Amino acid sequence: MEGAVSTSPHDQVRVLDEDGAVVDGATVPELDDDRFVEMYRGMRLARHFDERAVSLQRQGRMGTYPPLSGQEAAQVGSAMALGEDDWIVPSYREHAAAYVRGVGLHKTLQYWMGDERGNHLPGMNVFPVAVPIATQVLHATGAAWASKLRNGDEAFLCYFGDGATSEGDFHEGLNFAGVFDVPAVFFCNNNQWAISVPRERQTASATLAQKAHAYGFEGVLVDGMDPLAVYQVTREAVSKAKDPTPVGEDSPGRAMRPTLIEAVQYRFGAHTTADDPSVYRDDEEVERWKQKDPIPRLETFLRDRGVLDDERVDALQGEIEAEVAAAIEAAEGTERPLPDEMFDNVYAERTERLDEQATRLERLRERYGDDELLQ
Amino acid sequence: MSTTNQSTQNLTLVQAVRDGLKSEMERDDEVIVLGQDVGENGGVFRATEGLMDEFGGDRVIDTPLAESGIVGTSIGMAAYGLRPVPEIQFSGFMYPAFDQIISHAARLRSRSRGRFTCPMVVRAPFGGGIRAPEHHAESKEAIYAHEAGLKVVIPSTPYDTKGLLAASIRDPDPVIFLEPKLIYRAFREEVPEESYTVELGEAAVRREGSDVSVFTWGAMTRPTIEAAESVAEDGIDAEVIDMRTLSPMDTDAVIESFKKTGRAVVVHEAPRTGGLAGEITATIQEEALYYQEAPITRVTGFDVPYPLYALEDYYLPENTRIEDAIRKTVEA
Repeated sequence: MEGAVSTSPHDQVRVLDEDGAVVDGATVPELDDDRFVEMYRGMRLARHFDERAVSLQRQGRMGTYPPLSGQEAAQVGSAMALGEDDWIVPSYREHAAAYVRGVGLHKTLQYWMGDERGNHLPGMNVFPVAVPIATQVLHATGAAWASKLRNGDEAFLCYFGDGATSEGDFHEGLNFAGVFDVPAVFFCNNNQWAISVPRERQTASATLAQKAHAYGFEGVLVDGMDPLAVYQVTREAVSKAKDPTPVGEDSPGRAMRPTLIEAVQYRFGAHTTADDPSVYRDDEEVERWKQKDPIPRLETFLRDRGVLDDERVDALQGEIEAEVAAAIEAAEGTERPLPDEMFDNVYAERTERLDEQATRLERLRERYGDDELLQ
Repeated sequence: MSTTNQSTQNLTLVQAVRDGLKSEMERDDEVIVLGQDVGENGGVFRATEGLMDEFGGDRVIDTPLAESGIVGTSIGMAAYGLRPVPEIQFSGFMYPAFDQIISHAARLRSRSRGRFTCPMVVRAPFGGGIRAPEHHAESKEAIYAHEAGLKVVIPSTPYDTKGLLAASIRDPDPVIFLEPKLIYRAFREEVPEESYTVELGEAAVRREGSDVSVFTWGAMTRPTIEAAESVAEDGIDAEVIDMRTLSPMDTDAVIESFKKTGRAVVVHEAPRTGGLAGEITATIQEEALYYQEAPITRVTGFDVPYPLYALEDYYLPENTRIEDAIRKTVEA
């Protein structure tokens, strides 16, 4: 049977209010203090990483980069809700979710510095970054389906944005997920803007979460800038994906495994370093959303709880700065890939034709030297 | 080509796109522009800047993020009688619309025996060399040229851009208009303020020469001309032909030049296998074999997925590779 669907944009799951106080009737997730600090540290690290990454791009030390500031709670809160064997299937902005899943910051930098090896993440339950919009939704469904067919016990958390919900692949992915009842959680980072196009131009639906209704499973709307609420709804969705137990005495069947989560949030910065948001949205709107900034919200909550104080926060900030600086050094210190590597991994084995082409390029390099060849 | 007004403006290639759209929209109310970020934002490369203010939100339309949706609805609009000019933000994102382009746009005329037509121009920036992220740098013109019913146009100068775009918009059939974004702002040229067309299907001789014919298009045209100038210092007189339209291809221009020189080099940034250099070479073999004095040389991208930018300079044909090929072909 299908679960509940959120059809009112105001009806969001929330644990913390904008000032970091627990809202009436909300249950705080049962996390020990270390995990709370981990959540806070992850978000704060993501923010600092983001600022440094944008600055690297501005200095010409990195190519185009998609910033995530404002979206830390959605990424860190959701990724922390996964079990060790679960997977994430990201789009291209989930640097913080990837970090939580063990992807080193230097790998993320390497990828955005134009080096394919940044996408080489052996042993991690993380799919490669997907730049084309919504294409990864089908991969998440397929991987979750395969896991189910092989009696696996993994959930697949797939990230995408509000714009992605307009693509055919999104609908096909969710439809298959419903039909084959696969253990997938579709996590929509609704940050309000697909480059310059506002959420209202993507759909006439009141919410994105309600699209789940058409596919026969649950759609949940959550305050995506509240890390505790994000953690909670994702944890429930992951748990249901693996074990769709009966939903209640009155319910004859079990729940459907998939869930669509719409995490309502805002990107404080540009879509990527290549665009200028002041062209299409006003500062007032940005300032309004900054009142919901997830980092001070969680910080206030943790200070009130006695988990954080000035000293701890300063120490964490010092650690974070050192970690990000080390990652930048590692990424910039990595030797650039050799031209010959272009011909690797096209197929399991290089074809004769590729061998010939690689040899031709090497001969040109020998004859002219890189400086002359690339001028 | 037809121009009457001498008044010109000094434009970059991307400004010429904008100017071409503007002139055609002024000339014909049926012309509309639609796509992602083309309205309020003026396009991610500013190719539609100011057009929404000038022509309103019903003619310059920000759509949901859905390439198949953009092209598929454009086909419906075109069948109805409008002249849609959909923009796909980067040619690497065209593939969700592929079914619409191949199965419908290309053959709507044929399968309805002329009852329905598809006068649509799909614009997309294409090609590499700008340190862009993954999927933002491919050159896939051969795929579209392979499809009967589509025309494929690639300008290389601001003047041609405006004229070819106008001709594409006025054309009764669907055109894939690929804009070489590497040279969007590389140089300026005097472009008439008035509306004019540059005929589709006609190549342009960019440099006359008698020793070897070098065929190219898009962003590769400039390094090819530079390579030709460079070998000229050593007494090699290369003719550079900018194909401009890849389908229908100006095979007359190819044959005419080759009959004069007897030697040919083809330069494109697209991968080698199945690239249009093969088509040009085969055309020469069929039509002018007995004029041939040396093997025909291809300078192309490699048969690998377009690499991330750390390696893209090795992938793209640069001056030195082009020069090397010209010398070899002349010396052979």
